[in-house]
Amino acid sequence: MILAVAEALGGGAIRATRALGKMGVFLGVSFARAATPPYRAGNIVKQVHFIGVKSVLVIVLTAAFTGMVLALQGYNTLRRFGAEGVLGSVIALSLIRELGPVLSALMVTGRAGSALTAEIGIMRIGEQIDSLETMGIDPIRYLVAPRLLGLLLSVPLLTAIFDVVGIFGGYLVGVKLLGVNAGLFFGQMEANVELVDVTNGIWKSLAFALLIGWVCTFKGYFTGRGAEGVSQATTSAVVVSSVLVLVCDYFLTSVLL
Amino acid sequence: MTGGPPGRNVICEPCALDPYTGGDQEPILRLIGVEKTLDGQKVLDGVSLEIPRSRITAIIGLSGAGKSLILKHMIGLMKPDRGQVLVGGVDINRLSRRELDGVRNRFGMLFQTGALFDSMNVFENVAFPLREKTALTEAEVRDKVRGILEKVGLEAAEEKFPDELSGGMVRRAALARAVVMDPEIILFDEPTTGLDPIIRNSILNLICRTYHEHHFTMVMISHDLPDIFHWCHHVVVVHDGKVVEVGAPGEIQNSVNPFVRQLVEGDIAGPVQLM
Repeated sequence: MILAVAEALGGGAIRATRALGKMGVFLGVSFARAATPPYRAGNIVKQVHFIGVKSVLVIVLTAAFTGMVLALQGYNTLRRFGAEGVLGSVIALSLIRELGPVLSALMVTGRAGSALTAEIGIMRIGEQIDSLETMGIDPIRYLVAPRLLGLLLSVPLLTAIFDVVGIFGGYLVGVKLLGVNAGLFFGQMEANVELVDVTNGIWKSLAFALLIGWVCTFKGYFTGRGAEGVSQATTSAVVVSSVLVLVCDYFLTSVLL
Repeated sequence: MTGGPPGRNVICEPCALDPYTGGDQEPILRLIGVEKTLDGQKVLDGVSLEIPRSRITAIIGLSGAGKSLILKHMIGLMKPDRGQVLVGGVDINRLSRRELDGVRNRFGMLFQTGALFDSMNVFENVAFPLREKTALTEAEVRDKVRGILEKVGLEAAEEKFPDELSGGMVRRAALARAVVMDPEIILFDEPTTGLDPIIRNSILNLICRTYHEHHFTMVMISHDLPDIFHWCHHVVVVHDGKVVEVGAPGEIQNSVNPFVRQLVEGDIAGPVQLM
């Protein structure tokens, strides 16, 4: 009995180590391909369009309502302490440090990450990746590297858009609806938000972009058999990416604070 | 192309080349003692075979015998656990990624499903290797692709996407893509499976015409028995991950090996009992 449990645990540990090693090698190779020429600028632009431009609407909507909710909640909480004046800085800091990078990453995972996994997975089961190989074209260079670079370029920009739109949403509710003084709203924001807050947000968004790209392309590239395999890979990619974004956020915050 | 009298399914003129007999005819591709185990099951068990240059070689056998795996080993899509795959005398499993890509430039491959890129139309699919691997101008690419599409009868379908094509059209487009780079060796993984007899014959006719025009080395997995014997030079019979017989079509047709006899004649009774 004890032997069987030990064997099961050991087997699980070996499998997990193997899977992590495979993922690590995949990331290393993908980075190497992304960093060395030829760069396939056309493919990268296409990915920035797909991941970035096509995500703008969902980012704007999410950001606007997040900023508005922050304003509502923040105002009601701060009013208890007579501190409504700092509403602007509370909204801006929450968005720039935390919510902007995290929610942008989660939105990109749901909208673009899942699509990346499904697209690569369908190419795998349809032998299109094998077909690339037979033509002497490296599929990691052709498929994975541009998507990784597309994410690394798009996610920080989407995060910046999220921050700006979120602050604007907070301004609409805080200033126009709840009557906080506009000068106070922006004055406090200017006084309390520092450059390091913005750069930390950018670092986070870059880390999240890397995580999303890594997990989603890996899951698609090594998808299971048939439509069911692609469906499982897509679900798994979204779940794993989202959880990893949140876990990574905690550790990054603890390091960057 | 040399075996037996032409029947009504014979789809191209007999070829002037003699059947492959080994000897001084250096093979372009050779597998030596290739072994492969997948999910704990040995799927290739010491496969050794030679593919003669500028001939059509048919690989036949039951479904699941390991034919497609042999093809994948030939082009380096799979690595053997043991054994060697020599292309022009070079073991492709000892090559770097870049060197392997260079060797693959000598190949064209037609997959069973066609494996066309579904985000590209027919023209873009056929143009893809030219755009990626050559320095041809766009005008040159256009001329070459249109020329090949005309040969395969798809000139009117160049704007169509793979999901708008019939099974036969997909195979023809895939054949056009496989030959567009003028490869030395073309691998066909069941190019006619699932097609009706007329379309099947049109595909075979196209393959035959392509052969007569260019004399590529062709390796073809096929279940088209006994028709296959009329239009190939060399036959490899695979069973349970092993090569059980190799020879000219006539030799295989007259084989005394009980499994080969059962396969050729399509008998239910024999060493292979499916039910």
